[in-house]
Amino acid sequence: MTSPVITVTHGVVGYDGRPVLRDVSLSVTTGEVVALLGANGSGKSTLIRSILGLVPLSSGSVTLFDRPLRRFRQWHRIGYVPQRLGAGSGVPATVGEVVASGRLARRGVLRPAGAADRAAVDAALRAVGLADRVRDPVATLSGGQQQRTLIARALAGRPELLVLDEPTAGVDAESQEAFAGALGEFVDGGGTVLLVAHELGPLRPLISRAVVVHAGVVVHDGAVPEPAGHHAEPDHDHVHPHGPDEPAGLWSS
Amino acid sequence: MELFQYPYMQRALIGALVIGLAAPALGIYLVQRRLALIGDGVGHVALTGVGAGLLLNRSPVLVAVIVATAGAITIELVRARGRTSGDLALALLFYGGIAGGVMLVGLSDSTSANLNAYLFGSLVTIQTTDLITIAVLGAAILLTMLGLRPALFAVCHDEEYARVSGLPVRTLNLLLAVATAVTVTIAMRAVGVLLISALMVVPVAAAQQVTRGFRSTMAAAMTLGLFAAGSGVWVAATADTAPGASVVLMAIASFGVVAVVAALWRALRRRAVPSAAPAAEPHEVVLERS
Repeated sequence: MTSPVITVTHGVVGYDGRPVLRDVSLSVTTGEVVALLGANGSGKSTLIRSILGLVPLSSGSVTLFDRPLRRFRQWHRIGYVPQRLGAGSGVPATVGEVVASGRLARRGVLRPAGAADRAAVDAALRAVGLADRVRDPVATLSGGQQQRTLIARALAGRPELLVLDEPTAGVDAESQEAFAGALGEFVDGGGTVLLVAHELGPLRPLISRAVVVHAGVVVHDGAVPEPAGHHAEPDHDHVHPHGPDEPAGLWSS
Repeated sequence: MELFQYPYMQRALIGALVIGLAAPALGIYLVQRRLALIGDGVGHVALTGVGAGLLLNRSPVLVAVIVATAGAITIELVRARGRTSGDLALALLFYGGIAGGVMLVGLSDSTSANLNAYLFGSLVTIQTTDLITIAVLGAAILLTMLGLRPALFAVCHDEEYARVSGLPVRTLNLLLAVATAVTVTIAMRAVGVLLISALMVVPVAAAQQVTRGFRSTMAAAMTLGLFAAGSGVWVAATADTAPGASVVLMAIASFGVVAVVAALWRALRRRAVPSAAPAAEPHEVVLERS
């Protein structure tokens, strides 16, 4: 019943001649919830970006659902949640409009939105607890609510695989709980998850396997490692440079 | 009002209205991806096309469409590669475009009045054939921008997400580039290459002060564009001012009116319901606009 969803074989990525990933192999099968852990600059975000074809591999290969990345076309099977929205914009957009973008992978460019699209958008917004904010401009939401909007956008396409880049970085506790709930529902429905995380927080019980990346190589692949040192202290406040200090929400830049 | 009985004034009005509707429909995507001034650059490049057309005794507008499209595609390719030198490449293209245009127009022994017509617009000299070109291309732009709104919104809002959604991102970007070139060229007759960007950007900037979503911003910007075009031509006819400049000034005036009305409305609402709005929002709210 378990079939490969993501397979990376001897993947190498370099920016301007500087290697970021050296010889990484990774496989994720149906129903797994895999956390990619590692320090800033370890290459974990680069790894998921290369899996999605956003960063080219300089050698090695990626297959998605048993198809080589170059020939993969079934993008509706994948829901991507970026760390934040790249270029912010001055033009307002409502939460509903952003989440509706998640339907394009299924619907295609030319077909207008139908009843099924609207139902999926509503369901995704309910799953992340933002159903009452559908008409609000995303710029008026908190950072955590904006992150939940991005997750709803990915869920709206009814994907089989969710790929998340630091979904809980700088997110308030309430949003983290809402997020863990939505992810739990997705996993219970048979979904597969690959997520990059700095800290697992409320997601911890959902994770079935942890892969630790350090300096561009996989140094651990198996059980979720126990927090060590000062990270283990219950009141440890995990602060890192691109996290909670973020002055503004995801849509500003 | 009797001025509008003359066919040339009717043509001027219809041409202006088409452009007033189409330019913001395209401009909203450019503003969203922070390329608000790209229309200006493409306009500079289009001027070289005008010069080449005059020199070769071909239709200046037709040659301008071709040259502006080539320029817009070049700009898009430079942008997509994301090189730091892109900025300078664009500057070379812009100034090369306008200098080439001025030089070619000079070589073609047209009068300087002819150059001015393309720099600042010449609504009242629009012929019926020009009007048909403007109407057909304007309708094509409108249909494309409205019909592909979800996809274009996704690409301009979050290009990487659009790519992972399997959208034809490069095709959509090139489509926007070509649409920009076409809009610039048809708007050239109305407001001139130096003022084109205003019609693409100012109505959007005015609308987004009061709107909450992308769709409502688009509708409001198109309404304001239509209003600026209509009232601008009317002002030009009654006060005998330059039509292109009048249209742009009406757009900027509508920006000012919307800004004042929005500020008053917010102040009134704050007084009516003290602290209601701010308290409901979390502390890390972002209301920054740029």
